[in-house]
Amino acid sequence: MATVAPSVEQPPRAGLSAARAPMKKRVKRAIVVAVLIAFSLVFLYPFAWLLAASLKSRGQVFDNSLIPDPVMWSNYVEIWNELPLGHWMFNSISIAVLAAVLVAVSSSLVAWGFAHFEFPFRNQLFGLVLATMMLPAAVTMVPTFLIWKYLGALGTWLPLFAGNLFGSAFYIFLQRQFYLGLPRDLFEAARIDGANHWTIFWRMVMPLSMPSFIIVLLFEFQASWNNLQAALIYLNAGSAQQFTAPLGIAYAMTKYSPTAGGQADYQYVMVAALIVTLPMLLLFSFGQRFFIEGVATTGRKG
Amino acid sequence: MAKVARSPKLPRQRVRYNRREALVGLAFISPWIVGFLVFTAGAMIYSLVLSFSNYNLARNTMAYAGWANYERLFTDPKLAAALSNTLVYVILAVPAEIVVALGLALLLAAAGRGAGFFRTTFYLPKMTPSVATASMFLLLLNGNTGAINQFLGWFGIQGPQWLVDPAWIKPSIVLMTLWGVSGTMVIFLAALKNVPRELYEVASLDGAGPIRQFWNVTLPMISPVLFFNTVILSIAGFQVFDQAYLLFWRDQSGGAAGASDSSLFYAVYLFQQAFRQFKFGYAAAMAWLLFCIIMAVTAIQRAVSKRLVYYEGE
Repeated sequence: MATVAPSVEQPPRAGLSAARAPMKKRVKRAIVVAVLIAFSLVFLYPFAWLLAASLKSRGQVFDNSLIPDPVMWSNYVEIWNELPLGHWMFNSISIAVLAAVLVAVSSSLVAWGFAHFEFPFRNQLFGLVLATMMLPAAVTMVPTFLIWKYLGALGTWLPLFAGNLFGSAFYIFLQRQFYLGLPRDLFEAARIDGANHWTIFWRMVMPLSMPSFIIVLLFEFQASWNNLQAALIYLNAGSAQQFTAPLGIAYAMTKYSPTAGGQADYQYVMVAALIVTLPMLLLFSFGQRFFIEGVATTGRKG
Repeated sequence: MAKVARSPKLPRQRVRYNRREALVGLAFISPWIVGFLVFTAGAMIYSLVLSFSNYNLARNTMAYAGWANYERLFTDPKLAAALSNTLVYVILAVPAEIVVALGLALLLAAAGRGAGFFRTTFYLPKMTPSVATASMFLLLLNGNTGAINQFLGWFGIQGPQWLVDPAWIKPSIVLMTLWGVSGTMVIFLAALKNVPRELYEVASLDGAGPIRQFWNVTLPMISPVLFFNTVILSIAGFQVFDQAYLLFWRDQSGGAAGASDSSLFYAVYLFQQAFRQFKFGYAAAMAWLLFCIIMAVTAIQRAVSKRLVYYEGE
């Protein structure tokens, strides 16, 4: 195993020549970087493979060559006729935006309530918020389905985002942590100047907490984009055009599977997989700082 | 702020609430209260009631079923298979994820400049939607033509039939999980950066080499995070769904008789019982069993951690 603190200057030790220490350090660093490059190749290989596979003909998808020959640009044209990918992307983007904005605003409101005000049983209630994070989703899965059924919302987008109206424990926790770090005097001064609580929240707290607000938006957008199970539960009965992107890809995997009578046109599945992944990579390239910071400080797992 | 309520050392005082402030605060948290009452507390009670009944979806009626659903848990061979598959998966996946994530984090910490580039590289799989990952690995793990077996072939190793051989199905999903291990890695990396440098200086002055420094300085200092990651990964492991569902749907379609059970995972079986067979009562009972298992495992991990985890300032 490598040590952790290579940048710590080695204290000069007796018998060690001044020239040897940096040399040894440089060799060590070179080994570390070489190993990291090797791992990077392993982690990046599937992406290169996916890009290549998406440009191959039916018979060649399985050949693992990273350079398709011939290059089937036509896959990217045919896909729009093969699968309702445009609908899937539109549905997924709409739902993800609604889910992210709703949960970010509602969780912020709730977090501010817990962070700024005093009311009876506040700490117990906040404990309850944290406790709900431990609850496996399976426990409430069927009742939630029946609630949406009673509300006549089956087959609509509502079950996929409307629950976010009520905040989400993890994001409430995250926002509250941020709010607790804001100087309280600021808000008391605003109160004395006659600002009401809503103005303070909307005009001061929200702008000040933009960094963590963005973390919530990005996390929830990704979570919604990824959400296969809810789509399976609520949208599977509808027509393929109503699917979200994850459900669509699941559908495509079945459609082309030889065991289900398909023609093994996996190149189309690969095109779809690539197109569904791209928005996430784009999101990451803009918001990398927020993702890494968010994960590192809160211990969030996807 | 409620300094009085927060500090446990002060005797409990009666906090006098400003009535108006309290009401405004409650108004701010009211969305959560409504959501909690309906979608958490309400749903939990509903789930409990369901688990003691048989639900007829066509007529929207519930009939009391006593303990029948719970009794079935102990006699259903498919449930036993799903539970044991899931258990094996958790036992394989969690240590593998911890070791790989910590190993990568240590490498990144040792790389100094340039670590950012590698961190980005490792994080990309985490951004990939699970459906995309599953569809890629469906071909990469193909026993005859897949790239992974091709790679093993270069070393003269005959790769297994990953997605077909019952013994290799769990490791297949572990591989997919490992590809997206970077979330755990980032948490470890943050913990490693918080270990005080002086400790390494002192240890190295005492003649401790890199390996001893790792065991005697790094590991104790990051043990709370190690514990946290183990708990979180275990909870997630018991609920593994997407990959298991996507790659093995053909084995399990409709839970037909004779279908292979070796690729059936708990969350997938629960989903099938609920939304393919519409056995809501049985699915609810399964969910409560899962809840109890997760609670028990977390409690065991907590008990073990009390002896092993070092918390600063205790």
